[in-house]
Amino acid sequence: MPKITFVPYRQEEIVVEAEIGATVMETAVRNGVPGIEAECGGACACATCHVWVDPAWYEKVGAPQPMEEDMLDFAWDVRATSRLSCQMKVTEALDGLVVEIPERQA
Amino acid sequence: MSEAITTDVVIIGAGPVGLFAVFELGLLDLKCHVVDILDRPGGQCTELYPEKPIYDIPGHPVVGAQELIDKLMEQIRPFGPTFHFAQQVEQLERLAEGGFRLVTDAGTEFFAKVVVIAAGGGSFQPKRPPVPGIEAFEATSVFYSVRKMESFAGHDVVIVGGGDSALDWTLNLQPVARRLTLVHRRDDFRGAPHSVEQMRRLVGEGAIDLVIGQVTELAGTDGTLASLTVKKSDGSTVAVAATRMLPFFGLTMKLGPIAGWGLHLHENLIPVDTEKFETSEPGIFAIGDINTYPGKLKLILSGFHEGALMAQAAKRLVDPGKRIVFQYTTSSTALQKKLGVH
Repeated sequence: MPKITFVPYRQEEIVVEAEIGATVMETAVRNGVPGIEAECGGACACATCHVWVDPAWYEKVGAPQPMEEDMLDFAWDVRATSRLSCQMKVTEALDGLVVEIPERQA
Repeated sequence: MSEAITTDVVIIGAGPVGLFAVFELGLLDLKCHVVDILDRPGGQCTELYPEKPIYDIPGHPVVGAQELIDKLMEQIRPFGPTFHFAQQVEQLERLAEGGFRLVTDAGTEFFAKVVVIAAGGGSFQPKRPPVPGIEAFEATSVFYSVRKMESFAGHDVVIVGGGDSALDWTLNLQPVARRLTLVHRRDDFRGAPHSVEQMRRLVGEGAIDLVIGQVTELAGTDGTLASLTVKKSDGSTVAVAATRMLPFFGLTMKLGPIAGWGLHLHENLIPVDTEKFETSEPGIFAIGDINTYPGKLKLILSGFHEGALMAQAAKRLVDPGKRIVFQYTTSSTALQKKLGVH
């Protein structure tokens, strides 16, 4: 199973095994990763599962779709590699993915 | 304040679970008034994901969220519920003579025998942008809606956001503001194309300023805003004069006034029993996502079940001593009459 590294704000990183096909948000919530609120449950409707993808991984992950880009307007401290983790699906190619979690979810 | 409304039940929340509660209570002849902070029924289904398909409503292999709400509205029509939209129940008090008095922020007053809280994730409130210290300027310089346009006249107005609210108020307040600046994270707007076009024209004419970036700092004294700092995508910052700020960052859900009604709460949820779905306060029920009990699942379907059981308990409170005959809608002519199909 692909491994994903979450780096919560000012806390030690958490490495978890991710199920292929699950979203990065679901992977975080199942593993109790702090800082991912996912208020809307993954509907791309709230921007509370915002993460900064490690720049080394951004190209592999890809840019957000327009709907996600719109929702990112509601996130806090949006950066060049910002994504909503509910819109990123785990694949083999993402084995080793590193994402950082902002200090807060808006 | 208009005349108080007397009713059997006040339901707080017009999401799917609140709507279906009207049906279950209606079958037992209980009249309902429904209050919701949004301006239309549907709650999260309508506000957050109207186009999304739902796959776990029994009998519907797939149903759109808005479609489900439309069907629920049709299903409860025979019971003639009265809706009170765009208002929030602020006060809830128990009356010595029995029942409850409720007052909304719009001044609507109810006397109800039973209260049903079907508030889901809480009430939708404007999202506060995560700018440090913004609270200190709220209600004096920072506003989340425009009640009176005059209060923005002659001010350096900064509007933040890229949707329709941000664009509409940019266009409307431009003529009255001393100077208007629109701040948005990216040079791409999700509002109506026509509004975007008009906004771009005003920028082109020099009538308003457009700054692409994110607000990171507010400056001012004693709740009076003077300027704010915008961080651009290249990392540079720019100061913008601002004596009024209007952030339009969408809506979020907050428990709101419910927290002050003396109910036992557990992590912002309302514990209930699983026989009646009654809260720690007799006569006040909680159904749907807002409640909690061992094994609770936040499913629309669970909320429907909770509503059916709650209705039985509510009936006993409203008509004590009256025998409740359990009936099926398939065969009971009495129920069919209520539904207008017999």
